[in-house]
Amino acid sequence: MCVPEERPQSESFEELALPLFDRLYNFAQWLTQDRTEAEDLVQETYAKALKGFSSFQQGSNFRAWMYRILRNTFLTSRTGLQSAATVPLDIDGQGESPVPAVMETPENILLRRSDQQLVQEALGRLPVPYREVLLLCEFEEMSYQEISATLSIPIGTVMSRLSRARRALRDIVQEIQGN
Amino acid sequence: MACKDWTGKLDAYFDGELTADDARAVQAHLRGCSSCAAESLSKLQQKLAVRAAGQRYAPDPAFRARIAKSIAAPKPSAWKRYWLPALATAAVLLMVGALLLTINRERRGEQQLISELADLHVATLASANPVDVVSTDRHTVKPWFAGRIPFTFNLPELQDSPFTLVGGRVSYLHQSPGAELVYRVRQHQISVFVFQEKDLRNVSATGSALNSLSFQVRSWTHNGLRYFAIGDASDQDMDKLTELLKAVG
Repeated sequence: MCVPEERPQSESFEELALPLFDRLYNFAQWLTQDRTEAEDLVQETYAKALKGFSSFQQGSNFRAWMYRILRNTFLTSRTGLQSAATVPLDIDGQGESPVPAVMETPENILLRRSDQQLVQEALGRLPVPYREVLLLCEFEEMSYQEISATLSIPIGTVMSRLSRARRALRDIVQEIQGN
Repeated sequence: MACKDWTGKLDAYFDGELTADDARAVQAHLRGCSSCAAESLSKLQQKLAVRAAGQRYAPDPAFRARIAKSIAAPKPSAWKRYWLPALATAAVLLMVGALLLTINRERRGEQQLISELADLHVATLASANPVDVVSTDRHTVKPWFAGRIPFTFNLPELQDSPFTLVGGRVSYLHQSPGAELVYRVRQHQISVFVFQEKDLRNVSATGSALNSLSFQVRSWTHNGLRYFAIGDASDQDMDKLTELLKAVG
């Protein structure tokens, strides 16, 4: 019997969802910044996903589906609503493309792997929409297409938001370093 | 293209979202533009730094176990998982075994019967008095059997055929009486045995053309009687005689 190259229909929710657990949890705590809330968020995500698994379209992107459930659950949570209230309204700009960052000389570039703590602090300070898009792109290594599906925004918005998020992160890093 | 436009493409370049042609164009520009090269290095470093920083929180093992348990697919019980398939397999094997045994027994029974008939036929050929009623006339032979065997049967008219009726005798198979008719076609002799079907019940009534020890054998049933034609005549002659006998039943 030959196994289809795509995901076989018979694969259970458990087989698909459990390998994502550690990363989903990590993402949840990045969003909530709190262990208990992250656990609640992950638990609710898995419960919702298990319930809705029958309506999940076989062959479509399961990972993006799971992240979307987690993120939507977060947005309706208390912390999520609070974070939305603090996000600047022009998070994606008003159709204007972001201005490229000020050119830096190589001596000013301090973002290295050894600066992990610094970057983590900066990421934590970013508004949630920037934080999540950066994590999905850099850490989860999702394609623009996947990010678009996860965040339910057009690919053009994915690109502009990423660009702004990167610039904002750089600004925060410089700000932390300046202090 | 201005450097501003190139730096706008750097994100997509490092994110692996540019087409191969666009990526080559970006690479070519970076080789010749030091400010864009510095910018791209900065972007790449930031990208790698975020990738490394992204892994920050690990779930509690107990929490992980709780979730795993909550989404675990219900495992079929040991009864369903092991015993049911095993029982089903055993049942199928038993049925196949019984079937094979039956088929084998029937085949063996049939072979045995044919062998016995072949023996009777050979004994008739070897006998100094092969038949008890010597007559080519069916109207003599048929009545002769009346009172000697517990059934009656019809014999065909042979006038326009190559067959000659030699005569008949009472024969026994499995302790049951039956008729043996001896026919001649050219120099070959054919014995036709007629027995009651009920006496041969343990023997399948299938085989229409069977061979035993190079004898030609034909077998058929009609009106509760089982007919066997056995001899060393040709296929065609055997079939022709069979047809004649079947026609009158």
